[in-house]
Amino acid sequence: MEQIKTKKVEVRNLSKIFFQKNSSFEVVKDVSFDVYDGEFLVLLGPGRCGKTVLLNMLIGTETRTSGEIHINGAESGKPSPAMSMVFQKKALLPFKTVMENVELGLKFQKIEKEQRRKICQKYIDLVGLHGFENSYPHELSGGMQQRAGIARAYAVSPDILIMDEPFGALDAQTRYQMEEELLQIWEKERKTIIFVTNNIEEAVYLADRIILLSSCPAHVKAVFPIELPKPRDLFDPEFLRIREQIETQTDLSL
Amino acid sequence: MEIKGNDLEKLRLDHKKIENRNIFKFRILTVMTIIIFFGLWQFVADQGIVDSRTLPSPAKIYETFLAKLTKKAPDGNLLSANILASLQVSLFGFFSAVIIGVPLGLLMGWYKILDKTLTPIFEIIRPIPPIAWIPIVVVWMGVGLSAKVLIIFFSAFVPCVINSYTGIQLTNKTFINVSQTFGASNFTTFIKVGIPSSLPMVMTGIKIALGNSWSTLVAAEMLAASAGLGFMIQMGRQFARADVVVLGMVLIGVLGAILSFLFSSLEKYLLRWK
Repeated sequence: MEQIKTKKVEVRNLSKIFFQKNSSFEVVKDVSFDVYDGEFLVLLGPGRCGKTVLLNMLIGTETRTSGEIHINGAESGKPSPAMSMVFQKKALLPFKTVMENVELGLKFQKIEKEQRRKICQKYIDLVGLHGFENSYPHELSGGMQQRAGIARAYAVSPDILIMDEPFGALDAQTRYQMEEELLQIWEKERKTIIFVTNNIEEAVYLADRIILLSSCPAHVKAVFPIELPKPRDLFDPEFLRIREQIETQTDLSL
Repeated sequence: MEIKGNDLEKLRLDHKKIENRNIFKFRILTVMTIIIFFGLWQFVADQGIVDSRTLPSPAKIYETFLAKLTKKAPDGNLLSANILASLQVSLFGFFSAVIIGVPLGLLMGWYKILDKTLTPIFEIIRPIPPIAWIPIVVVWMGVGLSAKVLIIFFSAFVPCVINSYTGIQLTNKTFINVSQTFGASNFTTFIKVGIPSSLPMVMTGIKIALGNSWSTLVAAEMLAASAGLGFMIQMGRQFARADVVVLGMVLIGVLGAILSFLFSSLEKYLLRWK
């Protein structure tokens, strides 16, 4: 029952080389992939393999050496309201309250305060931070900080959400819980998500499709569509089989 | 077993009692040091271990303090006039240094072109001690208020610039990235992210500037002043009034501590997010 899928993002032959005094360092090598509307795509790769650079190029805060990126069919080169990002960790502005942090994107878009508050309140409630609107980030736990980060990314109503190892710094229990909640939010909001992780289990648990990246320089090694129904059982034999299959093909990171 | 109701309230009060007792203990320590310090000083003076003309006793200084409230001798001003004159000079110098120095440092730290053009000049001016400016400042603008203010300005300006410059350069790259991904311009990012996140360093710079501007006071008032604590100390020396000299020093110390305390309260409020 394959639906006709609209392409949200097209990445073509994307490369990034960093030049130093006497050397050059290739971090992303000839990466091409598509992301479809409403899809939960996971980019899986070992640590320090250029995943963050790849995302920064996607969102437009990093220049590319070569290649093309089309968002909604149009060539993209700089940050646009169509996309927003959830960062690895500690990306809440420490001098702003939860509400002010979540409001940030809308404020830059010059949305009226009243309207902005209403939208942000909805997402703060959605991620379960009701009652913490006026707390400063240092008063929150790591999990709550990431919730605020997710609310901040959703608040601008982007077409595409990019998440850069958002749960990497959390303890295992919190991580499982956050993954589950993220899926619930995704079901509700139906946004396209590009999620980066180095955790295979997390990838298989969340993804509609996994793009496996190699170790440095990052290039596409394999693509795995995961057709298990969600929410998935971490101990289901099929789940474990897919996990095993991906594991054998993954480069070990140093 | 869940602890609640009266039990919880009782535990809370116990906790508070212990905390208050600790605070009280430290208070006592603070007060004790001050008492012992002045006590020893008084003892040394009373016993004639040092000559009272070179080091007057605290009691004598207190006497002079009371006398100076109503008498103009030996320097020709009431104590209050001297204090006001000093506060005026140093606060003028201090505020102008903050108003010019902080934005300059922030801009130099954020915009590379300003960094490359202004930093070399600043690096040359920076090591010149404020006192070395005195002769040339006198040539430029005589010995009036503005000359003194300018000397203080130089002493307070440098830490304002350096700390703001360093503070904003240390802005977390992720925060800048966050701002950019939301489509903010470089200037918006500077205002909304750079400046607030450099605030702790800026405040430290301003605190150093406040200390500098107060302690450069005596040097500035060596410029033929007609009032001020530094002037009073100079006059005390000329009239061989050690009590007036030490009174001036003690007042500079106490007022400096009060200014610093007031500023710390402001800092605590502004940085409540830390």
